[in-house]
Amino acid sequence: MPDSSTPLHLAVALDGAGWHPAAWREADARPAELFDAGYWADLVAEAERGLLDFVTVEDSLGPQSDVHFDPDYRTDRVRGRLDAVLIAARIAPRTRGIGLVPTATVTQTEPFHVSKSIATLDYVSTGRAGVRVQISARHDVAAHFGRRALPRLSAGAINDPSVQQQVNEYFTEAADYVEVLRRLWDSWEDDAEIRDVATGRFIDRDKLHYIDFKGRWFSVKGPSITPRPPQGQPIVAALGHGGVSYQLIASSADVGFVTPHSATQAADIVVEIGALQRAVGRSEDSVHIFGDLAVFLDGEHKAAHARQRRLDDLAGTEYRSDAQIFVGTPAELADVLQEWHAAGLSGFRLRPATLPHDLIQITEGLVPELRRRGLFRTGYEAATLRGLLGLPRPANRYAIA
Amino acid sequence: MSKPIKQIHLAAHFPGVNNTTVWSDPAGGSHIDFGSFTQFAQTAERGKFDFLFLAEGLRLREQNGQIYDLDVVGRPDTFTVLAALAAVTDRLGLTGTINSTFNEPYEVARQFASLDHLSGGRAAWNVVTSWDAFTGENFRRGGFLAEDQRYERARTFLQTTQELFDSWRGDEIVADKESGVFLSNPHAGEFAHKDAHFDIRGRFNVPRSPQGRPVIFQAGDSDQGRDFAANAADAIFSRHSTLGAGQEFYEDVKGRLARYGRRRDEVLILPAATFVIGDTNAEAEEIAREVRLAQVSPQTAIKFLEQLWNRDLSDHDPDGPLPSVDPVVGENTISRGRASVRMFRDSIAIANDWRAKAEAENLTTRELIVEVMGRQSFVGSAQTVAATINDFVQADASDGFILVPHITPGGLDPFVDHVVPLLQERGVFRADYTGTTLRDHLGLAPLPAPRRSASPDAATGVAS
Repeated sequence: MPDSSTPLHLAVALDGAGWHPAAWREADARPAELFDAGYWADLVAEAERGLLDFVTVEDSLGPQSDVHFDPDYRTDRVRGRLDAVLIAARIAPRTRGIGLVPTATVTQTEPFHVSKSIATLDYVSTGRAGVRVQISARHDVAAHFGRRALPRLSAGAINDPSVQQQVNEYFTEAADYVEVLRRLWDSWEDDAEIRDVATGRFIDRDKLHYIDFKGRWFSVKGPSITPRPPQGQPIVAALGHGGVSYQLIASSADVGFVTPHSATQAADIVVEIGALQRAVGRSEDSVHIFGDLAVFLDGEHKAAHARQRRLDDLAGTEYRSDAQIFVGTPAELADVLQEWHAAGLSGFRLRPATLPHDLIQITEGLVPELRRRGLFRTGYEAATLRGLLGLPRPANRYAIA
Repeated sequence: MSKPIKQIHLAAHFPGVNNTTVWSDPAGGSHIDFGSFTQFAQTAERGKFDFLFLAEGLRLREQNGQIYDLDVVGRPDTFTVLAALAAVTDRLGLTGTINSTFNEPYEVARQFASLDHLSGGRAAWNVVTSWDAFTGENFRRGGFLAEDQRYERARTFLQTTQELFDSWRGDEIVADKESGVFLSNPHAGEFAHKDAHFDIRGRFNVPRSPQGRPVIFQAGDSDQGRDFAANAADAIFSRHSTLGAGQEFYEDVKGRLARYGRRRDEVLILPAATFVIGDTNAEAEEIAREVRLAQVSPQTAIKFLEQLWNRDLSDHDPDGPLPSVDPVVGENTISRGRASVRMFRDSIAIANDWRAKAEAENLTTRELIVEVMGRQSFVGSAQTVAATINDFVQADASDGFILVPHITPGGLDPFVDHVVPLLQERGVFRADYTGTTLRDHLGLAPLPAPRRSASPDAATGVAS
């Protein structure tokens, strides 16, 4: 558990024009540029100016929807998005310090492909890559692939045991998936490339390893076609709301995003995931637990509330979120983060209600405030994302010491 | 009436995982660090090349049941490195080889549409197929596809992605803050496709990209492959880099186009080509000999021999004569993950040819292998190489070349510094980019917006 006086970690979750459905209608929004590289480059550059640990980029293998497990046909919301890994790769050469953590859907995709794409993101960012793994329980997304029929779920049926079992299976598959990612990243030892002219060998093949993973959903032979990435193991993150998703964080992740609504809840979640972590034998591993908050920030408390109301009016509905919604000044947010940090969270992933407004409030308001309290960095202290998160470069599981 | 002078198209193939690449050269750099890719791509862009080309293989090659260790091993993910290269180049086309067997159309279409958006219209897809259980061991479905179905799957895969690309017309994003209308059409992206390989429906979630879809390359050389290309490709990556073979291939493929209702200029033929440039022709010949020797180390000579002989020859002396024992005929079991071994249709006959050649020219095993590996496509002074390339293109042996340097990442520099200016002086190669998209560079007309296909009943209808 982090000491309350240790600096906290800060990430920003980028999604379209921001997390509020009417964000794209703000004066400073650039909704016509959501599919251009320049838009994303500007956002990440702003986050990097604030010395944030990393950005996440949301993704899905189907259009966004206001309905939980179904598509909608709304035309008044941002619909459509670019592949998050490719956005991150496009940004990587133009940034120097910030971590890049795109979302990858694991339910429909190939672990072999995603392993090498994240390894490559680590190469093109020289050690600043991560991946946030996400399940997809939507039947319409499954139909985009046609390879497995997923039952149609409804939010009302979420407590139905058969539905729960189905969702549990997605998460169990996700854990297998992360296991394959990690084995493939380790399938080349760091010094496998030898270029030995005398014997004509480019590699020492004894330092390449078949991973021989056999599971219920897939079997993967290996080794990867991509050598071990700069960080050895890029960061794996997952969002959890309890139960089996906490299991996934405890068993497989380096960073877990969770959604407490109070300091007490935050403390309980940290204890719960810590216990799960011990149960799966990962006591030695550092797993960062980050609190997710949706944020509406303005210099004046009233202005933030007025903006939220105005956005809700435009959207025609009150903004709701799985995460705590914070509305107020950067200093007031700093109070909350400080308290939750003291309760055991090592960092936070903030979801800006609008972009770039709330992001700039974070970099220009929140960050200096946290810094005044001795809770945030004044410069990038490491060149890799693992370094920023205080995680050592791990030994290769296949290397014989 | 004299034939109009053709403009040459040039592309750069990032040196690959085969023995063309001389990793042992002191100038040879990393094959995986992004700095090498950046340097290589920026050199190509300095030379006003049409595009950069990346190959791909989804399982490391093996020989004698072990991972093949004599060539460069290891490469990045194609999409990811191309997206990153879009950040360090402005005009260069970005062509990636992506397999239609161990991928799904929705995901590949998303990745190419995203790459096209993120590069401002510079994406291209070299569609390749595979079928083998060996590669399949890295994927969910294993070796699910019969060999004779791989082009059929590739064809319908490409057709399906085309439908996904066309599921957005390009005018749907209104993003009008005042009225609150983001999308003009609630059904944007709707698609439904059903055939023997794919049964998918729903909504594609990437709006139409600058080029409409990636430029399509095809590399197959079989009769089926040529038909596939004549039907669906914008450009063909061929391997015929000699004049006669090039002209024959060129005429054959261009002749097939009419069958598919296409004009001769709707498909470009771009063979892969290697080169060695010297101050004089004689110097270039000398360097070329050294390079060929470096490409076939004693160990590589034995491995190459084994690929034809289809048996373990690890005790064979590379400096001695060819083996007296005959090749093992039938399925090649010695080498896996290597397409070239399938070209040895009659290994006993080829072995006898090799023996005759070795005897006539008094060649050791290694020397013989160096000979049969073939010469570099273009060897000479910059003047000679420029003239030869131009002659090939004007004589309809190709529309240009995909150049494969043998050194990473600096192997392209001599060509860009010395040959390109000569081609520019001749007026057969651009002095600067005149367009922004890869279609522009290749002289391909912009694609028309698709008819409004996203009708409400598309989701329930069945397309084929």
